[in-house]
Amino acid sequence: MSDARKNVGKKSMKYKMLKGAVLIVLICLAIVFVFPFLWMVSTSLKSLNEFYKEGIHLFVKDVRFDNYVKALTILPFLTYLKNTLLTTLIPVTFTCISCSMVGYGFARVHAPGAKILFFVMLSTMMLPSQVTMIPNYILFKNLGWLDSLYPLIIPSMFSSPFYVFLARQFYMRMPSNLEDAAKIDGCGAFKTWFYVYFPLTKPILATIAIFTFIGCWNDFMGPLIYINSDKYKTLALGLRSFVTQYTTDTNLLMAASIVVIMPCILIFFFCQKYFIQGITFTGVK
Amino acid sequence: MLESMIKQFKEFLSNFIPTEAARLFAPLILVAIIFAICVMTGLALVKKKKIKKNTFAFYMFISPWLIGFLVFTVYPVIFSFIISFFKWDIVSPKQFVGLSNYIRAFSGEDKWFYKSLQVTIQYTIFSVPLQLALGFGIALLINRKMRGVKVFRTLFYIPTLVSGVALSALWLHMFNYNFGLLNKTLNLFGITSQKWLTDANLVIPSFVLMSLWGIGGNMVICLAGLQDIPQDINEAAAIDGAGIWQKFKNITVPIMSPIIFFNLINGVIGSFQTFTQSYIMTEGGPNGASMFYVLNLYNQAFSNFRMGYGSALAWILFAIILLFTCCIFKSSSMWVYYETEIGNTKIKKKKGGKAK
Repeated sequence: MSDARKNVGKKSMKYKMLKGAVLIVLICLAIVFVFPFLWMVSTSLKSLNEFYKEGIHLFVKDVRFDNYVKALTILPFLTYLKNTLLTTLIPVTFTCISCSMVGYGFARVHAPGAKILFFVMLSTMMLPSQVTMIPNYILFKNLGWLDSLYPLIIPSMFSSPFYVFLARQFYMRMPSNLEDAAKIDGCGAFKTWFYVYFPLTKPILATIAIFTFIGCWNDFMGPLIYINSDKYKTLALGLRSFVTQYTTDTNLLMAASIVVIMPCILIFFFCQKYFIQGITFTGVK
Repeated sequence: MLESMIKQFKEFLSNFIPTEAARLFAPLILVAIIFAICVMTGLALVKKKKIKKNTFAFYMFISPWLIGFLVFTVYPVIFSFIISFFKWDIVSPKQFVGLSNYIRAFSGEDKWFYKSLQVTIQYTIFSVPLQLALGFGIALLINRKMRGVKVFRTLFYIPTLVSGVALSALWLHMFNYNFGLLNKTLNLFGITSQKWLTDANLVIPSFVLMSLWGIGGNMVICLAGLQDIPQDINEAAAIDGAGIWQKFKNITVPIMSPIIFFNLINGVIGSFQTFTQSYIMTEGGPNGASMFYVLNLYNQAFSNFRMGYGSALAWILFAIILLFTCCIFKSSSMWVYYETEIGNTKIKKKKGGKAK
């Protein structure tokens, strides 16, 4: 008995050492990972003189907040911001509604052809967007939608397969007696969905909204193909013009980049729960 | 035909509303009219009891996806396949050329085709396994009963929030020869500065390095998987005298293999579509050393206006991605274990709810 205990004691000593070592490795790794990010912030606050200094100085001596003002006024960032908000918020709203509607249809309404259509929908996820890119470009050209925000807004208003899948999984796990209750109260299929199930799907809607937001916000290929004139450019395109036009003003470039990624970071910190839930849901399905 | 219809309708509409609005609404109204006709017929059929009420409801529910699918997937896929046999620069009329778009790619007439394929595959082979290994490794380290798991998870995840153009901007700065953080760090250890993005041999490793910064997503998925492993299996193994390595090899890896498999497939598909980084940071240079496949496709279609050839390239890309995923799927029977094979009822229960 005492022998076994000794063994355990020995083991726990070794275990503690191991734990400590792991912690140190983790902290080092975390520093390596976060450092570029901090470096970005620090560069964005430096004057050019300070930026050109040799050696690694993370802490800024002469903090220049006006870098941000400069970065945002050199190019018409407000216009870009307005366009990005339009091409982000409208799709987010509509995607949430349509995905949950379609997901509900696939999960709860039985009809011939449902299984095949569901399989077709899942298999479209395999199709790389490059295949549909050129025909869509030509389609929008023929519609006269090139160089406007419509090609960025309209297609993404219809649901995207992956989020429909998420919504469907969510609806599948909900109790079906809600449906029966609604039926007894005289609700049709649509009303059952809208008044009974839809309000209950907030968690999955939050996840869908967050990921659609980030996807639309960072979309680069779409705006690059469809938009030429300055008044329709999105933030991603604007930042790209910044990269090509002001190569030497790295501090301003970093300031502009931080402004562009700020909303994503804020969302991450405020909705971390839904964020992590969404990522894990994608992987562990 | 449909296009000329839309055009006429647009002109008709512009008599009543401003042209700008007509441009937006003409196609939408047409689609709405077609949709309304479908709904009417559906309703009529329901009344005549030819189809069930439920069937009609189902198709109404999925209509947002169905319309989008027909307009933005089915139609483009067919169209893309057809024009991949044509020579077309949008302005002049289409010219049927048979297979010559595909021959153009494989015969090496497009000097970037093989180069871009090589670059992309090289990048995939190095970046995806490294990302998986690092993501899994960090998740393993974090997955302990200790305070601060969430803090570490957040710290490792933050870099993935920097994406798209901002990511490229940041790493352009990181890789800068004179003022970049990487060279400054190397100098600190007495190593001479490297030319990262302008050195043909270093540009792909540079991109791989950059991709490793974004393993947060991988790590979070792995961590969630690890936390799902029932503790009693590990305890049972420990009682049977299994060491850390044995537990890792015989319990953790098999249980995690479906997740690794999923990450692997996702990683390969994503990495074949790499575009933004190379477009912004190197424009394919130096000397095409970072000419990724999609960058070449973009250049062919939207700089040289070879729509037919671009479509052919897109289909070849699709075929290659399919080939790779099929190979991974085939190999999966050798190394991916599913719950049922382990035969532990507890896991089955836990995962059963989430499974398709």
